[in-house]
Amino acid sequence: MKQLTHILEGFGSTLQLLLRSLSYIGTLPRQRGRFIEQCYLIGYTTLPIVAILSFFIGSVLALQAGYSMQNFGAKQFIGSLVGLSMARELGPVMVAILLAGRVGSAITAELASMKVYQEIDALVTMNIPPARILVLPRLAAVLVMVPVLAIIADLVGWFGGAIVTKYVSFISIEPEAYFSVLRRYMKFKDVLNGLIKAEVFGFGVVLVCCNIGLNTRGGPREIGAAVTRAVVVSLILILVLDYFVTKALL
Amino acid sequence: MPTPSHTRNPFTSVETPAVGVEIQGLSKNFGRLEVLKDVSFSIEPGEIFVMMGPSGSGKSVLLKHIVGLETPTAGRVMVNGLDATTEAAREQVRMAMVFQAGALFNSLTVYDNLALYLREHQVADENGIKEKVMRALQILSLEQTAQKFPSDLSGGMKKRVAIARALVMEPQLLLYDEPTSELDPVMSATISEIIALLRDEYHVTSLVVTHDRDLALNIADRVGILMDSRLVFLGTPAELRHPSNEKVNSFLNPKIDLKNPRYKKLET
Repeated sequence: MKQLTHILEGFGSTLQLLLRSLSYIGTLPRQRGRFIEQCYLIGYTTLPIVAILSFFIGSVLALQAGYSMQNFGAKQFIGSLVGLSMARELGPVMVAILLAGRVGSAITAELASMKVYQEIDALVTMNIPPARILVLPRLAAVLVMVPVLAIIADLVGWFGGAIVTKYVSFISIEPEAYFSVLRRYMKFKDVLNGLIKAEVFGFGVVLVCCNIGLNTRGGPREIGAAVTRAVVVSLILILVLDYFVTKALL
Repeated sequence: MPTPSHTRNPFTSVETPAVGVEIQGLSKNFGRLEVLKDVSFSIEPGEIFVMMGPSGSGKSVLLKHIVGLETPTAGRVMVNGLDATTEAAREQVRMAMVFQAGALFNSLTVYDNLALYLREHQVADENGIKEKVMRALQILSLEQTAQKFPSDLSGGMKKRVAIARALVMEPQLLLYDEPTSELDPVMSATISEIIALLRDEYHVTSLVVTHDRDLALNIADRVGILMDSRLVFLGTPAELRHPSNEKVNSFLNPKIDLKNPRYKKLET
């Protein structure tokens, strides 16, 4: 019962934070500097790890598919399998998980530290709402940067699959054939669905991580605990949302 | 006690009235722990009110109620006639608080720490902001620190930057939480002088929470003492020198008795 109350309280406070942040949306144009800084942190600095992971996920997907499909002569369809898997599922989920681990944890650590060392209290006494200057720019930045990251993840993953299908001897499919099948079976809707999923996951992760950071109480030890909780809650949220958003988009 | 006064804005010609604070039957519980019990007193506009008391007696919690960071379990806190927990109080009364550890924004330079309030409330353009920030730094003799980060400052400098940050807000009510703690005697005296100067020059209503007896005796208009979560003394510094309450007397004049140390009494 206590756990349930705790979960419902967390849900309520996250929703309140969202509504409070959205109420300051008119201030976004004059927060350009903070918005651009967050775009840089969320997008640019996450890009290398997204690219590396996407490349190898696409590669491994092609390798496993090639190994399994060669037995029943369907290896020419590897392109469509890698393409659809990356666009509809693996790309958005992987980007969201990387955001939770890399960006979400950093957001929680920063905000929890500001809370513990009374910087948040100082903002409140100055009548500067933390939701306005600390949460809103991050939410706006994640909405802009996540689709970019997801598209790059898709493209690099497809490219990784193409490399493997060409150079692994038991697959040996030319890139032209690989991409031709990929294009034939992929629809714009598949990519769009993936981008919608990435957007929902990324937004949820940043919101949850901000809320956990801003509600941290205690000392330095609680900062670490808050970061762990933020990452765990984010991962659960991604997987739960994944099911429901996928079902809604089918 | 000072006459009701106006905050002569140190940076512009605008005059705004200093504000009073009324605390009525304030109680605060954290779970089963009673931190404040039925505390009532008022602070007059333009007054320096010093609140003293042993550690854990609820002084800082009291300050947080005045700036609206805590909600009372019972009773209420009125600032200039407005309930301190409401948005209206925060929007209509310029309150500033000097936190015990400074609470400076560690990711911003000293200049940006001071400029943040002015930028967020669009008080002036960048030239105007620069003028106000440098003026506040000059009053606190901190011009050389403008481009430094808080981590590069000493404890005394951090306290002064925190006061400067409060000053640029042109506050009507200025709250200090242990402004002289962890400072050497000379720096403590300097901070006390600054608090008195800000009141004398700009007529800011000030509430200072401290353990510093010298500060209380030298700059306060009135002093309150919180012990065991209750207000046990309220009077002038002159009255504080000869308190009738034995507990207050032993708090203010603790004797060091090596033959019969306190910790042994606590053990038994």
